[in-house]
Amino acid sequence: MVATLEINQVSKTFKNENESVHVLDHLNLTVNNGEFVTIIGPSGCGKSTLLKLIAGLDSDFDGTIMAGDLTVSAPSKDRGFIFQEHRLFPWLNVEKNIAGNLPLKKPDIRKRVDDLITLVKLKGFEKAYPRQLSGGMSQRVAIARALLRNPEVLLLDEPFGALDAFTRTHLQEALLEIWERNKTTMVLVTHDIDESIFLSRKVVVMDAKPGRIKAIVPIDLPYPRTRTSKAFQEFRSVILTQLEHHPAEVEDWSI
Amino acid sequence: MSTQTVAQNKHLVIRETTKQSKLAKSALRGSVLPVVVLIAWQALGSVGILPAQLFSSPLLIVMTFIDLVQSGEMGMHLQISLTRAFLGFALGGFLGLLLGIIVGMQKKSEEYLNPSIQMLRTVPLLAITPLFIMWFGFGELSKVLLIALGAFFPLYLQTFLGLRNVDKKLYDVALILEFSRREQITKLMIPAALPNILLGIRLALSAAWMCLVVAELLGADRGVGFMIQDARSFMQTDVVFVGIIIFALAGKISDSLVRFLENHLLKWQDSFKA
Repeated sequence: MVATLEINQVSKTFKNENESVHVLDHLNLTVNNGEFVTIIGPSGCGKSTLLKLIAGLDSDFDGTIMAGDLTVSAPSKDRGFIFQEHRLFPWLNVEKNIAGNLPLKKPDIRKRVDDLITLVKLKGFEKAYPRQLSGGMSQRVAIARALLRNPEVLLLDEPFGALDAFTRTHLQEALLEIWERNKTTMVLVTHDIDESIFLSRKVVVMDAKPGRIKAIVPIDLPYPRTRTSKAFQEFRSVILTQLEHHPAEVEDWSI
Repeated sequence: MSTQTVAQNKHLVIRETTKQSKLAKSALRGSVLPVVVLIAWQALGSVGILPAQLFSSPLLIVMTFIDLVQSGEMGMHLQISLTRAFLGFALGGFLGLLLGIIVGMQKKSEEYLNPSIQMLRTVPLLAITPLFIMWFGFGELSKVLLIALGAFFPLYLQTFLGLRNVDKKLYDVALILEFSRREQITKLMIPAALPNILLGIRLALSAAWMCLVVAELLGADRGVGFMIQDARSFMQTDVVFVGIIIFALAGKISDSLVRFLENHLLKWQDSFKA
């Protein structure tokens, strides 16, 4: 199966008793197989909502989302999801969290869990409980848990947002390594311009209220990228201009 | 980052080793008050300030206890009481857990069942006792059912509460990992609700002991409660005290058992332990 994502005329409205908020407005986006795409935009632009729709966690929307040639209607382990918080099961230790509902007793699963623990550099912590881990370590466990299912698409919702700068850089590099090795299609939501340029082939800049795509900036720099290079700086100013360029409702920024 | 965690682990190891002495210390602290009370009681009794008729001295109570054990009377009463408590607790606890899970998992069954159960819960147990005796007689059935009723509500309530407190965020994870409906229950809902369920078991156990005493005091020909009632009519204060102490011990032992289970099953919890 080809893991191309086709987002076609997707609209989403949140309703409660007295008001309805239009979060996504006729959004179209194609993410090619094996591509690394980041979505960036101001808070409230619906980028996290879009990711949840792609995951199938919310099926109450207009339009269609296709993963390969299947319509997305429910969550699937083919589309791994990494949340901003690690969301590990607090009652399971590291290796059991990674295995989840898969039996650790099976030799092939045991071996793959061990390999992933090595990959995310958590050797020696197999039996530790989430409360004993730091934020970065927990997030690495969450990444390993998603990778064990061999997802064709990995959806990441500001996965490094809550981490300190050193851990973040380290995990960004680890993620690139994984991407280059597994050729997984990656969609990463972030509010960090540097992160989006450092990681992705394509930066999708979104606009808020209602959420729509304002620009798609292809980043044609070779990997590994250096944040201090001149080309990197140029991309930064391109994206920054796109983000700040807000034609009509400037006051919306003050949320 | 890793050095920090190593340091944390070291800290954990240190905590493990000091745990033993801390445990001994806290046991010592807990026993200060009872020991002081016992000594004062014995002293006041020996001097003659406390009337021996109403307050048998601790020494006499111990002697009576030994007598009762040696004659086999204690064993017989304890056995029948424990059997009643166990059967009632098992029946009520099982039904409470089962219904708590059903009502906790399904909105529809909550709407159908929960209002009625909540209404029944507010009726004082002692008010139902005469009805139970009329329906099921003075035999074992009415006693076991009364105990079951007492054990049912705490477990039902806590299970229901625990399931409703399961983090929606973890539920999303279970959906993404494609947990089956059964796995959602066994690998997410039950472990997440376990702190509440264990609390429910503790509360159900104490309710079961209480109902046991009520049932045996009201009408029985055997059991620790009967022993107390019987001794009361003959003014055997020492035997009454022995009965009370047996109930206290049984309650404490069963509670400690659940505490042990809690420590073992909830070791993943990161809660405040002063």
